[in-house]
Amino acid sequence: MIASSEVMNELSSGWFLEHAWLIPIIPAIGFAIIILFGKKLPMKGSEIGLISMLSSLALAGGAAMQWISRVNSGTEEQFIAPVVRTWNWWQIGGMKFTIGQSIDGLSVIVLVVVAFISTLVQLYSTEYLKGDRRYTHFFAALTLFSAGMLAMVVAEDTILFLLGWEIMGLCSFMLIGHWWEDGANSRAALKAFFTVRTGDMGLLIGISMLYFASNEWTTKELGVSGFSIRGISAWALSGEPNSRVILIAAIALFIAAIGKSGQFPLHTWLPDAMAGPTPVSSLLHSSTMVVAGVFLVSRLYPVFFTGFHILGSGGNFITIIGGITIVIAAALAFVQNDIKKVLAYSTVSQLGYMMLGLGAGAWMPAVFHIFTHAFFKACLFLGAGSISHSASHHSFDMKKDMGGLRKVMPITFTTWVISTLALCGVFPFSGFFSKDEIIDNVGHNGYQLFMIIGLIGAFMTAAYMTRATYLTFFGEARGASAGIHHDEHHDAHASAHDAHDSHDAHDAHATDHADQGPHESGWRITLPLVLLAILALGSGFLNAVPFGEKWERITKWVEPRHSEFAPELHHAPFTWSKAGLSLAIVFIGIALSWGISTMLYTRKDKRLVGLSERNRVLRAGYNLLINKYFLDVLYEKVIVKAIAGPIAAAAYWFNQNILDGILHAVARFSRVFSGWVYRNIDQRVVDGTVNNSGKATKGAGGVLAPVQSGKVSQYGALLFSAAAVAALVLVIINS
Amino acid sequence: MLVNQFLFLAALLFCIGVYGVIARKNAVLVLMSIELILNAVNLNFVAFALRNGNADGHTFALYIIAIAAAEVGVGLGLVLLIFRNRRTISLDDLSEMKG
Amino acid sequence: MEMLRDHNWMLSVGTFLPLLGVLLLLVVPKANEQLIKKVALFTSIATVAVGVWTLFRFDFGNAGTMQFVDEKTWIPLIKSSYYIGLDGISLPLYFLSMVITLLVVIYSLDHIPSPGNPKAFFSLMLVLQTGMAGTFIAQDLILFFVFFELVLLPMYFMIGVWGGENRQYASLKFFLYTMFGSALMLVAFLALFFKTGAESFAIPYLVEHGGALAKNVQIWIFAGMFVGFAVKVPMFPFHTWLPDAHTQAPTQGSVILAAILLKLGTYGFVRIAIPVLPEAAKAWAPYIGGLAVIGIIYGALGCLAQTDMKRLIAFSSVAHMGFVMLGISTLTSFGMTAAMFGMVAHGLITGMLFFVAGSVKERYHTLEIARLGGILKQMPHLGWILGFSSMASLGLPGLAGFWGEFPAILSAYKPAAGLNEGVFHVYMVIAALGTVLAAAYLLWLFQRVAFGEPKPEFAGHGHGHDDHAFHDVNKFEWFAWTPLLIAILVFGVVPNLMFKVLDPAVQVVLSGFKG
Repeated sequence: MIASSEVMNELSSGWFLEHAWLIPIIPAIGFAIIILFGKKLPMKGSEIGLISMLSSLALAGGAAMQWISRVNSGTEEQFIAPVVRTWNWWQIGGMKFTIGQSIDGLSVIVLVVVAFISTLVQLYSTEYLKGDRRYTHFFAALTLFSAGMLAMVVAEDTILFLLGWEIMGLCSFMLIGHWWEDGANSRAALKAFFTVRTGDMGLLIGISMLYFASNEWTTKELGVSGFSIRGISAWALSGEPNSRVILIAAIALFIAAIGKSGQFPLHTWLPDAMAGPTPVSSLLHSSTMVVAGVFLVSRLYPVFFTGFHILGSGGNFITIIGGITIVIAAALAFVQNDIKKVLAYSTVSQLGYMMLGLGAGAWMPAVFHIFTHAFFKACLFLGAGSISHSASHHSFDMKKDMGGLRKVMPITFTTWVISTLALCGVFPFSGFFSKDEIIDNVGHNGYQLFMIIGLIGAFMTAAYMTRATYLTFFGEARGASAGIHHDEHHDAHASAHDAHDSHDAHDAHATDHADQGPHESGWRITLPLVLLAILALGSGFLNAVPFGEKWERITKWVEPRHSEFAPELHHAPFTWSKAGLSLAIVFIGIALSWGISTMLYTRKDKRLVGLSERNRVLRAGYNLLINKYFLDVLYEKVIVKAIAGPIAAAAYWFNQNILDGILHAVARFSRVFSGWVYRNIDQRVVDGTVNNSGKATKGAGGVLAPVQSGKVSQYGALLFSAAAVAALVLVIINS
Repeated sequence: MLVNQFLFLAALLFCIGVYGVIARKNAVLVLMSIELILNAVNLNFVAFALRNGNADGHTFALYIIAIAAAEVGVGLGLVLLIFRNRRTISLDDLSEMKG
Repeated sequence: MEMLRDHNWMLSVGTFLPLLGVLLLLVVPKANEQLIKKVALFTSIATVAVGVWTLFRFDFGNAGTMQFVDEKTWIPLIKSSYYIGLDGISLPLYFLSMVITLLVVIYSLDHIPSPGNPKAFFSLMLVLQTGMAGTFIAQDLILFFVFFELVLLPMYFMIGVWGGENRQYASLKFFLYTMFGSALMLVAFLALFFKTGAESFAIPYLVEHGGALAKNVQIWIFAGMFVGFAVKVPMFPFHTWLPDAHTQAPTQGSVILAAILLKLGTYGFVRIAIPVLPEAAKAWAPYIGGLAVIGIIYGALGCLAQTDMKRLIAFSSVAHMGFVMLGISTLTSFGMTAAMFGMVAHGLITGMLFFVAGSVKERYHTLEIARLGGILKQMPHLGWILGFSSMASLGLPGLAGFWGEFPAILSAYKPAAGLNEGVFHVYMVIAALGTVLAAAYLLWLFQRVAFGEPKPEFAGHGHGHDDHAFHDVNKFEWFAWTPLLIAILVFGVVPNLMFKVLDPAVQVVLSGFKG
């Protein structure tokens, strides 16, 4: 199969690569231990979580080192085959299906990121959730989440992929609803799970279609089933598939990615998911879980590549959705007062970049953006958590409870700024090397319109992040940051998020801090921040395209070389002029936003304050944004309400009135009918005859009445006489 | 085959039974008479089975014996209850069924 | 057909042992409740022990072959014989029925529903067990029918005597509906018997000769069986007895009903209707599939409309059995194996959900969703068990429910040769939509019932306060539930435990379709 003209080197492997399946298994076991014994342990189970994540991180690190040496052991052009191990899992229809690992560059890079950030978030949570009433449960769910994500990443087949995918969904439900005493939180959890599940329908259909479409080919050519990701990839590129089937399968799979990665129009669950504790937002809803959709697309890239004709002319489904998402999510970020929601929309927007990149054939930059984005977004979220934990009395409202925090929280401030610059894509922070590459390659591959959208998005990103930074760290201190305590939740908007300080367990802890006023957080919070900030600054250099090919290490290690398993992709040559343009746009965004923020929030410029209420166009726009394009209204008030309300009621009405009605009607009819039969046939006709004849014989009966003497012996005598007469008759007849 | 003797005996028994049912006042004796009638019939069945050389008659006879046993059980039970309630088992005193 | 006849006493013992227990119960005085409970418990433990021994002796390498076959003359006049055997399809259900009965007995040790009378209650339960186990091993249509009907009466009394307020209506509806189906089924059996030459009621014989019948004859006979089995499944539109029966039945009745009784219908399809009448099965398959997916969506919508927790779970059975029937209707071994798995998984999961509902009812004296809330706060263990079961029920991968649901959807992509693929593709998409709705109603239920704060009327007797009116899961419940919870997890992670037993047997059942 593989072109034999190339020189093939024997690829090296190693223990860590061969045993990468342990990486998800360890946290899964950790989860079981925490659930069963966590409450009895000295640190309430958090130590098990931390240990299992550290072990996974160590294994992932080992696997990464060995993968690099494996890449180095091959030639420049050679396809570096993944390290595959499989075991029989289930059999059906006479066929056996396997479970197993398939480790390649993409798996390794995501494994490292997930294990690393999980570890830091668990460390952070030991401080952030100290004293929480469900501390043990929290760590259990967090650990299970990591197990799910890691399982999805190492998966060799689509079924294990689905398993990990769904476990993440479940954990997300448990973690968003962690403080479920509050109705808002549990509703957000429900919404998140349900929205993602709607997308998962696509995953089920996509997997089914791919299985049946490819199974025959993969079994014959590669000896693997149609669930095998490698098999499907090779099949998709073989020119074998029917274009309609693969297109539908790709659309179905992409719908799943839309749901999971919060792409337009299923992005509405992500901001609501911020109801969960901040470490959860940081780990699940920004850096790792939500990239599962992106990971799906990059993992099964050949399917999308062939199905959507990526690199063909014009836009395709992925680029369109990605492009729309970038802009609309960024626009929404401008009107949020809740710092976590700003970051949530920013996440949605950045995921849009990744999708755009994948859709436009910029596979490597998109995957690299997963990598860098994870660090700076996790850092931003943890920074927000640090503020609410130590400064703003569990509030996330930037306008009400923050401001001027740069002096009291220097570490949080510094890490925040570094991460913000990375997010905006400022040179030399990591975001520049990934995001700019995406925009550049999108243009290079012929998607000019989408390149412009990407640049607009970059401008907006810079602007809303500057606004958020200004509101949080600059200006004068407001609300809780200024030492003012809320006794009541006077703001419905904020109450969803600081509802947890009404719980008794958290109260003791909350009052500790309330008396001290705003201050810097402890080391278990700042250490993760600092580590993440260092990576937000430095991780870009792992694939620094501007400095020449020698710096493109990640490309070398991760990008699959063109082969039967991977499509041929090209990279845009780097030019400083294009990079300069996007950098200029970013700086303009920052400067403009800074200026407006200063005027609006600090100087309270008359011309700007209340402008959105005075100007009709602006007001309409503001309303549209604050109502999230009315999509939530459509989903919750129209679709969900219709299904859960009238449609379900109608179905039930049908059940009770039509089906049961028929049944009851049949029953009633039989009763009426039998009654009629009884009255008319039995009583009137049969009995009537009897009665009439009875009437006639009544007189005679009166005469004969004495015969009915009540004496048994007389009856007997009559009986026997009658029998005797009958016998006589018989004898006469027969003779 | 001397079937006649059997049939005569059966007829005799039958008549005794009929007489008993009609003439006796004592409920227990009436029950016994009914037994006689049934056994007369049994005798007929067995006799004819013997003559015809197949087992149908035996089957019926066995069946009737079983049923008769049940019938006597129920009958005696009734008589016992009647005795408990009425302190009599004379059939002449039991004419509630008079029309 | 090749058959294994070793150890054939085992099935008879396993099936009729509960009747021995009933005989023992009859001589125990009614007042001696402790002894009654002991006898019932011991009988069911002994039954399960026989079941375990059966598992142990079962030749898993030959799961497609009938094993422990026993054939004795029974009613030679109508050519019906006492003919029993066990293969990979029967084994899981046969064993499940034993285990569920044991668990229900354990649960009942502490939860005899009003109006009491454990003697009658346990006796009925054990009779029920004989009927259920017998149905799964019968290889003769008359024997099958007798066992099938034997199940009906104890359940009727269970609902009618120990049921809720509306029990008279529910039990009568259940009885009449099922009788109606059975009558048609019996007619179909007789027609089949006479049409194949009035030679034998033995299923293997009929499988051999049924295929030779003219197609229109097959279709009519299949119709009779279809109604009989579809009522039991229950399939839309024959399902309306189910919600009433479930809602009114005592917890134990609901559990047995959901876990085993519903499977008698689907089992009948797999064991009798489809292999005996292959041509008719092909003609009927698209309609069965259609009704199945209607059932999936319809059941889910019905769930969304419910205000009563138990009724909601009952409606979810309609949806889940829809997946099972969809798998069966594809007539592929893929779909049918999935369906068989789905049956067992549904038995475990929905049985568990009914247990939880029963315990909620026992503590709160209501199952009105609007009045419940904050169970997690008052009884964390019960709440999490409910959460776990809901997750399993909505088909979360890694738990048993997934392996019934996903392969069934998968199988609809490629039904057996000769069926219209386009139609089944539509079914597949609708069924996938059903999984979304399943998530909706189950999580919505969980969110409303378990999350949030307890409602004022129940607040204050909570967990951790001085008043312990609400006790969390007690030891009887733990004993009864733990095996189910473990089984749900184990079958979810290692599905091959069951697949490898089912798969060869399904292949044999479908051998009439090859070629």
